[in-house]
This record gives sequence, C-alpha cells and structure tokens, in this order.
Amino acid sequence: MEILYAIFIAPFVEMGSYPDLFIQALWDGFVAGTLYGLIALGFVLIFKASGVFNFSQPILVVLAALSLVSFYKMGIPAWISVILVLIMFYVLAWLVERLILRQLVNQDGNILFMSTIGLTFIIIGAAQWIFGGVPNAMIVNELGFPSGSLEWPIFGGGVYFEMIDVSAAVIAVIMIVILAVFFSKTKIGRGLRAVADDHQAALSVGISLNQIWVIVWFVAGIVALVTGIFWGARSDVSFALQIIGFKALPVLIIGGFTSIQGAIIGGLIIGLGEKIFEIYWGPLLGSGVEGWFAYVIALVFLLYRPQGLFGDKLIERV
Amino acid sequence: MKKLFIGAVMAIGTFISTISLSFADELLVPHMTYRVGPFAANGTMIANGFTDYFLMLNERDGGIGGIKVNPEECETGYKAQVGVECYESYRGKNALVHTPNSTGITLQILQKAPEDEVPILTMGYGLSAAAKGETFPWAFNYPASYWSQMTSILSYIDSQTGLKGKKIGFLYLDVGYGREPIPVLEELGPKMGFETLLVPVAGKEMQNQSSHWLTIRKEKPDWVIMWGWGAMNPTAIKEAAKTRFPLDRFIGNWWSGAHVDTQSLGAKAKGYLASSYTTTGTSFPAIQDMIKYVVEPGKSKTKMDMPGKVLYNRAMFNAVLIAEAIMEAQKMTGKKMVTGADVRLGLENVKLDEARLKELGLEGFTAPVMGGCADHENGGSIFVQQWDGSDWIRQTDLIPPMTDVVQPLLTAAAEKYVSDKSGWTTQKCN
Repeated sequence: MEILYAIFIAPFVEMGSYPDLFIQALWDGFVAGTLYGLIALGFVLIFKASGVFNFSQPILVVLAALSLVSFYKMGIPAWISVILVLIMFYVLAWLVERLILRQLVNQDGNILFMSTIGLTFIIIGAAQWIFGGVPNAMIVNELGFPSGSLEWPIFGGGVYFEMIDVSAAVIAVIMIVILAVFFSKTKIGRGLRAVADDHQAALSVGISLNQIWVIVWFVAGIVALVTGIFWGARSDVSFALQIIGFKALPVLIIGGFTSIQGAIIGGLIIGLGEKIFEIYWGPLLGSGVEGWFAYVIALVFLLYRPQGLFGDKLIERV
Repeated sequence: MKKLFIGAVMAIGTFISTISLSFADELLVPHMTYRVGPFAANGTMIANGFTDYFLMLNERDGGIGGIKVNPEECETGYKAQVGVECYESYRGKNALVHTPNSTGITLQILQKAPEDEVPILTMGYGLSAAAKGETFPWAFNYPASYWSQMTSILSYIDSQTGLKGKKIGFLYLDVGYGREPIPVLEELGPKMGFETLLVPVAGKEMQNQSSHWLTIRKEKPDWVIMWGWGAMNPTAIKEAAKTRFPLDRFIGNWWSGAHVDTQSLGAKAKGYLASSYTTTGTSFPAIQDMIKYVVEPGKSKTKMDMPGKVLYNRAMFNAVLIAEAIMEAQKMTGKKMVTGADVRLGLENVKLDEARLKELGLEGFTAPVMGGCADHENGGSIFVQQWDGSDWIRQTDLIPPMTDVVQPLLTAAAEKYVSDKSGWTTQKCN
C-alpha cells in the first residue's frame, strides 16, 4: 500500500505542494528538450541525405564550440569568429564529400557508418592537436546573448529563467522551423529527399548528389555550432561535450531518424520526461534515473513503433 | 604498387608500435594518461606535471642515482579496459611502479600487482582499503584515502556549522570513484547525527545536471559535498549558482577543486570550496626548476601557464613520491637499476619529512609523508581552499582525518576484499 502511495499519489502531492518547483522542472525540461532536439537534428539531416547514422555529429559539436572560442581567444571578434567557423565547416563538408562520401557512393550503409567513426577519430586528434584540451568558457556575452537570470516569484517560491536558456530555446525553435521549411519547400529539400530514397535514381534525374551532400554536411555543421554554443554555455567548452551528443540517439529513435519535427518532439519527450521522472519518481529508484530513462523510452518505441513517431516506415521486398 | 606501399607503411607502423621506447639503462616509470577524451582537460595537466618532474630530474641531476628516468606515457582515454591493456603492455619490461590515474583502472589491475611484483601508487584515488599495507602489500594510496578525506571534510563542516541535525547532500559521479566514500557517510551519519542525501550523476549526464540540482532544491540540504571529475565539476557549480544554492556551502573533494574546474567560470564560481593536499603556485624552487629546465626550453608538452595550477602541482607531487621511493630503493639495495619489488620497499620507506621537503624545494607544499609497512595511506591531512573568482586561496590549516572512524572501516573493507580471493599475497608488519 505504501509503495502504491509513493508511486501514484506522493509525486502528485509534491507537485501540488511546491508548484514553483514543478514549473521550474517543466522549464528546465523544455530547454533541455529543445537542445536535445537540436543535437538530433544534426543526425537527421545527414541521415536523410545519405541514409547513414553520422557518428561524428557529437564531435562536430565539440569542434564547432572549440574552434569558435579559440578563434576569439586569438583576438578575432566574436561574430567574425562565427563566420570563420562556418567557413571551416563548409571546407570540412567539401572534404568529407570529396574524400569519403564520393568514394563510397552506393556502398553498404555500414561502410558509410564506419567511415563516420573514422572521421570522428580524425577530428578528435586534429582538434586536440590544434586547440588543446583545456576547457574554456563559451563566449555567449561576446556574441551578444543576454546574461543573468529572471526570477518569477510565484506560489511562495520562485522560478528562475537563465537568459541564456531563454535564448537557446528561442533560437532552437527558430532554427528548427527554418530547416523544416527549407527542406520541405525548396528545390534543395526535395533533392535531399530524393537522394535519401535512392542515390542512383536521384542521379538519373539530374540531382547533384555531391552538391546535396556538401550542403547537408554544411547545414549539419551550422546545427553543431548552435548546439555547441548553447551546450557549451551550460557547462564549458571541452571534449566532454561529445558525451551529451549521444543523448540524441534515443531522441532519434522516438522521433524517427528522418523527421525534423520528430527530432524536436522526441527531444521534448525526453527532456521533459527525464526531468519530471528524476525529480518525482527518481528517489524511489535510488536516483540517477536520468541516465537510463531516455533509453527505456527508446526501447519501448523500438518494440512497438520502430520507425519512431514521425519516421518513415520501411517496407522492403524480401 | 599503391597497395604494396600502403601495406608496407602499415607493417612498419605496426612494428614500431610494438617496440617499447624504454631502454635497458633507464628507470622505466609508466604513466597511464588521458590526453584525449572527455576528461582530457584534467588528464593533460596531470600528465604534464608528472612527466615534467622526471624530465627535470634528468636534465638537472642526470636522473636518479645517475640513471635517467623514462616516464613513458600510455594513453587510456580514462577507459578501464584500455588501462588494462596499457598495464599488460609493460609486463616483462621492468616497470618500476604503475600510476593508473583512474580508480576504475586501479580496481582492474589491483589483483595483478602481486603476481607481477610491480607496486601501484594511486595517489589520492583508488581503493581506500589499499591503505592497509598488510593486506595490500603492492598498493599504496599516499597521502590519504578517499575515506580519510571524507572524514576531514565532515570535520570541516562540523567546525563551520555543526553536523548534528544537518542534511548533507552527496553529489557524486556514479562510478567506482564517486561511490567510494559512501560507506563513510553511512557509518558516520547516525553517529554524528546528520542525514545524507545521495545524488548520483551518471557519466552521460555530467553536463546535464538540472534535475539533480532541482532534487537538491527540493530536498534542501544544508551542505553539498561533491565527488566529481571533469566536466561534471563546472556544470555542478553553474547549476548550484542557478538554483541559488550558496557556494560557500558547496565543497568538492580534491578532484573537484582544480583550476580547470573553475577558471572558465571565473566570478560565477566565487565562494566554492574544495579540499586539497597540495599547494598551488610556482614559488616553490622545485617547480621553478621544472620551468627552467623543461618548460621554458620547450622540452615537454607543457604550456607556460600550466605550472602552478592545482592538477599540475599535484601530479608533480605524485612524481616526487615515486622519485623518492626509487632513491630509497637504490639506497636500500645498493643497486642503481632497481626493480618493481625494490621500489615497493622504497615506497614503504619513503621519508618525506619537513626537512626533506625543504631540501627538494617544496617547503610548505604539503604535509609530510612518512612511508610505512602497515599504513599505505599515511593518514594524510587535507586543507580547504576557496575559489576567489580568479584563483584558489587556502582557507584552513591541515585538517586530520578521523582515524578512529576510518581505520576500523578500512580494516573491515580490506578483509572483505580478500575474503573470496584464495592465495592473496599479504605481509606481516612489525
């Protein structure tokens, strides 16, 4: 009886007793969710274009954040540093297309996947060699993002909104909307979908596979930069950022590997779910449930809806 | 032709990688490092401080007893399985002592040390029970175990606000290292009248701690003690500030209070506390020599701003302990080229008293370390330091551990560890 009360009654009593804490948890979950969605977006873009799970996306986040901060530390103004990072990512996208993807066109998906693992190690080594491993603070103020926090006194307590979190949520939402429109309403977006379905068929109707790949890797680089800025602001800029990058995996399973909307919805489900579950039900399980919560939800999806909420159902002739 | 060329390059590469860089006339001191991976920021500082001290001895004194030291690095990425591979790669190469730099790796190789007769020095980390020299003749955790450290931190809290009736939050990295001091909290909580709130942080969630801190906000502990590492530390400090938890009631262990944890936060981390057993700064003659002989001439990977920082100095002290043990072993055996077994004896006979520390150019750097057969942790004391917004400032004198509490726990834990290991090598100490 006691255990039933602890599971079904006590958490809701707590939510009602301290509504400020509940609102804070919802806000934190929302911010984390949009940022998870942003990371997942980087994976989705490349998966849509090449059907490959880009293992190197988390290290692209590190590379983006690290190079941005390093350029700034060299005395380059913040926004010029952003432009330099974007140029760097365009060059990287071109190199990836030239040296990896072009060589592996029409190869098995596993081979492409392995190539992104190789790319990850190359980037880790190069970034370590060029930028070093010392953690840095993200230059959010220098980029003009507001700092400090807002306090909303409510229900005898308070809800705190960090301005950088507000910025992160707003920019993530704007970015997702732009990308959704770009890839669904433009010629490039349609080309992207065609490439994802069948490389050779896309080529036969005149779609430049190489161009699409460069564009997609470049856009994934932009997403990595935005992700790096905001996750870097929440912690610091170091190689540890790549760990958080893999949080996108359950998000992708829930949202679907090919859906931009799925990335954000999946992110929100995980973000909100894990915060609420950790705070209100976590103590029953010895806390630390946030580490596995997302994966359990993903497992449920894999069992009952493997294509995710918005993913394309794969039907293959056997 | 192209394939032949690639094949030849790969074959040569493989051949070279199998050759140890050590030579017969060198003192081989392997060092497991992690210059890459999520913990690279910490690992780089540790690797540099450790290596630079030996390089300095080579440059300044011609090594130890006239024999050059080879502080060979083996990169682990802070992964236990890779650490074991590193360990295995030194079998049969007359490694003098192993420095795993990870509690996870330590736990994996601890049982191999007696068989290989190479001691393991886990300075300020590893298995707390290894402090019992009679049960663990081949493992050392000078100058203090995690359990001793926890009791010193609790003594500090007691001296500030009292412990009775208080709630102590324990925020820890949910791995072997982070869980290590929980038995002390469980033992002391009822005795000293405080309640413990355990808040584990999974490795994957190091940079994502908002729910952990909302739990802390909900539970309202009076103090929070942190056993963190790497990116977990700055994230926790940021989240503490965000949830309005007073930073002068938030105290990290000695691996949660380095410059790499707070420097990027600057004033935001002002007031945060941490324990330590080594002093920061470059004013010590030994560190000046490292700068003069190694760092300035560019003979190491160390950048000029690294010496003096918490982790650099601490790793340097780790090297000092090993150098002293090798020297002691040379004295005891009369041999210049000592073995791992000799260095084990050296570690048990290290005499780093005030006079010796002064002689080494480290006066006031740390508490003396006097080696012993039965006591492999030396019951070391810690002090508490505080981040002032730009640097760590020492706040207290040395705080001794609660020996009466820790020793019985260590004895019980050591007995439990070996209870299911038949043929475990022990020793008798007089």
